[in-house]
Amino acid sequence: MREISAETITNTIARLAIEACCILPATTYAAMAAARAAEPSPAGRDALDQLMQNAVIARSSMSPICQDTGLAVVFAEIGQDVHIVGGNFEDAVNRGIAKGYTEGYLRKSSVAEPLFERKNTGDNTPAVLHVRMVPGDHIRLKLAPKGAGSENKGALYMLVPADGIEGVKNAVLETVRHAGASPCPPMVVGVGIGGNMEKACLCAKIACARGIDTHNQDKRYADLEDELLALVNRLGTGPQGLGGKNTAFKVNIEFCPTHIASLPVAVNINCNAARHAEAVI
Amino acid sequence: MAQHHLATPLAKDDIKKLRIGDLVYITGTIYAARDAAHKRMDECLDKNMPLPADLTGQIIYYVGPSPAKPGQAIGSAGPTTSGRMDAYTPRLLRLGLAGMIGKGNRSRQVMDAIRENTCVYLAATGGAGALIAQCIKKYTVLAWPELGTEAFAAMEVENFPVTVVADCWGGDLYEEGQKAYRSI
Repeated sequence: MREISAETITNTIARLAIEACCILPATTYAAMAAARAAEPSPAGRDALDQLMQNAVIARSSMSPICQDTGLAVVFAEIGQDVHIVGGNFEDAVNRGIAKGYTEGYLRKSSVAEPLFERKNTGDNTPAVLHVRMVPGDHIRLKLAPKGAGSENKGALYMLVPADGIEGVKNAVLETVRHAGASPCPPMVVGVGIGGNMEKACLCAKIACARGIDTHNQDKRYADLEDELLALVNRLGTGPQGLGGKNTAFKVNIEFCPTHIASLPVAVNINCNAARHAEAVI
Repeated sequence: MAQHHLATPLAKDDIKKLRIGDLVYITGTIYAARDAAHKRMDECLDKNMPLPADLTGQIIYYVGPSPAKPGQAIGSAGPTTSGRMDAYTPRLLRLGLAGMIGKGNRSRQVMDAIRENTCVYLAATGGAGALIAQCIKKYTVLAWPELGTEAFAAMEVENFPVTVVADCWGGDLYEEGQKAYRSI
């Protein structure tokens, strides 16, 4: 049994929130530079130039890359030999969100209730928290702020087994085509295949927050990631939707077991920054 | 692809020169309003009450900035998705609003209103909020401060770079620009 204080969790979450919102992952910057070199569309090249300049300014001044610092999506893996002391886990995470979003001058974009008053909670809490219990005595925290421009363009397709691989391709292409300029392309496309309704969506979100320098470990799905990326980049959407050959930087797939009668496909779109930061405590 | 330097308020002759794909650098006062402020403006018009500013010839920027740090005029301030304001926009264009800055497709009704009222729709780079903030010299909330980042505000901008995505001649860059590179 290893003790971890609630305060350590709070401070780690606060640090990750600021880091994720202000520092563009190096892999994303490299993808922007590669896209800039290959993009035939002048408007597309101009947009990529601005995004790269923006990343440099944001990092040097620790300002948010984007004003929409999102809902704070937190993936937590808690080792079953960890004993959390000095408070409960969920409160510790939310205190960290409030601290990071306040001290980092990040935008508070969370409303307490969706339909009637839509009153802002004032500190960007609560986090959208996904917890897994895992072996070991550490806690792994991943924070992936998610703005609404991209989140609003996601979709769930409850396909049937006969729809097969073609059905999956159509679902991804239709979602990306319909998203247009709103998710600030070049985007990162997260695809969750299998499970049931909510599991497919969770897989898509995990895929969205996975590094763009990774592939699915199953070669068949890794190949499908590359094939889908090539197809998406033929849609013509281009950087900022102004037309071009770089509509997405990466398609990431996560899959899981499903029902004999089901083929759920969830497509969760991330913006060009695909913000995320993680830590192990 | 022409370049233009324009000062607000815009004259109809300025707007008629603009074509999709043109780059425009805007200087002067523009107004920040997004979802909640549009709903409030619509309610004002329903009740025959004045809007927080005279929008004749003016530009609305769809933005909800992040908080300013000490010494900054504004935090990061890139465009938000315009389509969410579609329901309110034709009414404002008929009342004299000259243009909007945002990102993403507009409805048929908005595109028609842009053409019929000689207006323009401009796109700023989504995700470049820290860069765009450098063009914003002053940010003053004019109405509904309780809406926080969604309050109605005046912004003093200098050489704010935007691209014409819908012109008053019926041009739509999202359609035309993408068609050129579509191979599927």
